[in-house]
Amino acid sequence: MAVTRHSDAVAPVSTPGAFSIWLNRHASTSLGALGRLSRQPFASLMIVLVIGVTLALPAAINVLVKNAQSVSGSWSSALDFSVYLKRDLSVSAAEELGQLIGQRADVESVVLVTADEALVEFKQQSGFGKALDQLGNNPLPHTLIVRPSPGNTGASITLLQEEIGNLPETDLVQVDTEWVQRFHAILDIVRQTIAIGSALLGIAIIVIIGNTIRLDIENRREEIEVTKLIGASNAFVRRPFLWTGFWYGLLGGTFALLLVQYGLHLLKGPVTRLAGLYQGNITVISLSAAESSAIIGVAVFLGLFASWITAARHMQRIEPR
Amino acid sequence: MIQLDNVTKRFPGGQEAISELSLTVERGEMVFVTGHSGAGKSTLLRLIALIERPTSGQVVVDNQNTRFVKRRKIPAYRRQIGMVFQDHRLLYDRPVFDNVALPLIIAGIHHRDAVRRVRAALDQVGLLHKEKQNPQTLSAGEQQRVGIARAIVTRPKLLIADEPTGNLDPDLSLEVMRIFRRFNEVGVTLLIASHDISLIDRLGCRRIALEDGRLQQDIDPWQ
Repeated sequence: MAVTRHSDAVAPVSTPGAFSIWLNRHASTSLGALGRLSRQPFASLMIVLVIGVTLALPAAINVLVKNAQSVSGSWSSALDFSVYLKRDLSVSAAEELGQLIGQRADVESVVLVTADEALVEFKQQSGFGKALDQLGNNPLPHTLIVRPSPGNTGASITLLQEEIGNLPETDLVQVDTEWVQRFHAILDIVRQTIAIGSALLGIAIIVIIGNTIRLDIENRREEIEVTKLIGASNAFVRRPFLWTGFWYGLLGGTFALLLVQYGLHLLKGPVTRLAGLYQGNITVISLSAAESSAIIGVAVFLGLFASWITAARHMQRIEPR
Repeated sequence: MIQLDNVTKRFPGGQEAISELSLTVERGEMVFVTGHSGAGKSTLLRLIALIERPTSGQVVVDNQNTRFVKRRKIPAYRRQIGMVFQDHRLLYDRPVFDNVALPLIIAGIHHRDAVRRVRAALDQVGLLHKEKQNPQTLSAGEQQRVGIARAIVTRPKLLIADEPTGNLDPDLSLEVMRIFRRFNEVGVTLLIASHDISLIDRLGCRRIALEDGRLQQDIDPWQ
């Protein structure tokens, strides 16, 4: 609420409109609130740190999930799938079909597992050897194990699987992505947990900022009473506290962003080394511009919201004596 | 300017601060309200400032019946009235200039005009040279003059003062009263609560004496 005394130099020559007054008022109130924070640097810093850490936590886990998803995505694109052929198909027809499929640009290799080979393998692995011997004929079909070429996307692999599935010789296409689906299900749970955790942390931030603003209001009770006594509206006395909440949010959000970015920077080295060992092209996905502004936006919103409800609640009660 | 019509103010305990009080203050008058502490002087001023609402009766200020001033409209109503308090009620976290500028900031006056008007108000109370000081560094009399400058900076038509000289010695009191007198000469209506009868007598103004919330005496030396 400090008055700038050198405003004559910058003020427009024409008579000021309502908007200019409004803008002026907010500019001086916001700077006043910032000045008030800077006069208690330690206390303000603590709050900003708390908000920053509280926000950085869910943001960081979110980034980790995003990275895990991209890694699992690159795995699933290199996944083999099995094509079970019709039972009446001969070995030579199966071989021919395998070669035909192998010539496709989106297929890297095709391996034929004949029914006999499959039966031998199954006998060894399942332990049902004797029982299987009882069967008169081999119940297993010939199988083609198709490995899509690395250039494929998830959608093109699905298309490839469909096309092969529609061939007259094909009985069934078995996609061995169950573990990927499980992994994604786990990621979904993690994401849900983050959502719940974020909501709780958001409430924590609201409580922290709200409590700070409440103390601030108590400390400035006399000032509020006097300003109300000389004709200040509730909106007027509330304004500096809203700005305080805004600054807490903005500074806390920026700090959270810095924390996350710094954490990712620290991860970059080890991940690159790991990627080198696996000869993969794993890179750390950092925050996009939209996500960064979302973090700050959420922080500012929480700050404003907390100060709004606190100020609204307490301002009504403080009336001049 | 001020009209009280059969006003009673009863507090929750049942105690009556003002009882069936009727009085009129004309535009441009300078009126003192006297009486012992507890006689209802402060309550009268608080009713006019809408810090309190009457239990019954009507308070009309500048043709506005305060009964119809809604809670939300109280700030705008108060901005029309200048108020001076015994304990000054200045804000000690900011310099004299900012204290006096506060009503203008609340009213949304542009900085340029505000600076001019704050200086004019400080000049009127003789404190222009102290605008950068913190009120705490000023004497009691000077602090009260800052409070007066704050009350008149918005150029109100009505100024109410509750024991403005209560904490001041006779010389300073007289000085404060002279400042009030000058405002009255340019048309401001003043209602001043005070128990300093000898001082009031020297000024020769209308005097309303209250006792137990009732009108005891209404002396106007001009009539």
